Amino acid sequence: MSRSLNFLFLSILNYLPHIIILFLVFTGTDFSFVFSGMNFSFNIVYLVIFYWVLKKPDVIGFGFIFLAGIINDVVLNLPIGLSAFIYLLMCGIASFIRTITLVPNIFYDWVFFFIGLLIISSIYYIILTLIFNSDILYGILMLQAFLTALVYPLIAKLFDGLFKAIVGKENAE
Amino acid sequence: MSIETGRDNFSISIRSAFLKKGTRQKFSLLTLIFISILVISLEYFQKGPIDKFRSVTKDLIFKGSNIFSYPSNFFEEKYSLLNQHLDIYEKSIIYKDNQKQLEFLKYENEYFKNENALLKKKIDEKNLYSQTLLLSKVILDKQSPYLKSFIINKGFNDGLKIGLAVTEGYYYIGKIVDVNYLSSRVLLASDLNSKIPVIVEPGSINAILSGNGDNKFAELEYLPENEIVKDGSLVFTSGADGIIPPAIPIGKVKSISEKKMVNFFVDFSQIKYVGVKK
Repeated sequence: MSRSLNFLFLSILNYLPHIIILFLVFTGTDFSFVFSGMNFSFNIVYLVIFYWVLKKPDVIGFGFIFLAGIINDVVLNLPIGLSAFIYLLMCGIASFIRTITLVPNIFYDWVFFFIGLLIISSIYYIILTLIFNSDILYGILMLQAFLTALVYPLIAKLFDGLFKAIVGKENAE
Repeated sequence: MSIETGRDNFSISIRSAFLKKGTRQKFSLLTLIFISILVISLEYFQKGPIDKFRSVTKDLIFKGSNIFSYPSNFFEEKYSLLNQHLDIYEKSIIYKDNQKQLEFLKYENEYFKNENALLKKKIDEKNLYSQTLLLSKVILDKQSPYLKSFIINKGFNDGLKIGLAVTEGYYYIGKIVDVNYLSSRVLLASDLNSKIPVIVEPGSINAILSGNGDNKFAELEYLPENEIVKDGSLVFTSGADGIIPPAIPIGKVKSISEKKMVNFFVDFSQIKYVGVKK
């Protein structure tokens, strides 16, 4: 009985990153708020993808990330495939950093995440403006990238707890 | 020699990141990136079976999104209801005063309506625009700094077409930009990509109302240089594009840092039901 309960608990823990991503893309939540006339928002999906591909790439499949991108595009009225492409590029950056990193360190992860965000935000902007002629404010996009990078240590700390719980349960199994 | 080794390490890392498949990965990253580029390129096919498939996919995702949004919408509604209850006493005092003024305006409006009908009869004017209003429910409303739009529960199955005007009460709020079989996307007048022909009264000054991502104000562009637009002037749709019917009120003019802005009559964050002018 307790073995099956443990299995259920481990499954829920394993699928929590999936649930978070599905919730974020299906609802289009960007935690935006207005402060002194300025719009502030975060792109938590980038953060979730980067963290899990970097720490435990087997948790979230690339196919799932691709599907999440397609859903995000439909919900946010973006050209279909754009978010999928951007998310996969983020996966590529995270995988690359995972390969070259010998000693994991949250500070380096944070810096690389910020650099990765700047790269993919620029690609996103270039595709939207040059290929699809969409009006998009570069300033708001950069502000969003900066704010998302700013909350990385906080969210990474939360995910660290989840990561340890998954690994701990797996070892116990 | 060391440069060559560094370059080798770099290419090995890149290859490992993009080509290696994990134990539970079915596709390599590079394969999926190519598939996503292929999907993006399909955006150029706006007609035919690809468009129909896209339309069905969108409908399915919107339904899923509606289900996922249900818990957050439920709490948002309850929070909004609580706030409304807290404001009710202050508002009731204001409403009592307004009611008296409305009574007067109602009779005045009735008089003008009759007079207008009489004058129209005299000049034998024909109604150029259809005014059939289709009531629709907002099923998805996720606004972000980049996107000011929402999804309604009517599509081309109900006769909707791209470009039709959408109203809330008597006021213009946006137009249809994407039609699926069972759902449509409404682009709000506040969106960065929204540009509609308007007329400013008094003076019958033609201009373009351009959204700037702000939910309260949009900018008046292409105003004639010799015309002076006063604060408080009313802005209506002009119907110059031939799709949006004329004379739908939008908002009032307000000068903000030497720019002529339009303060919308409608609070875009509180829309639950809309009318589509077919």
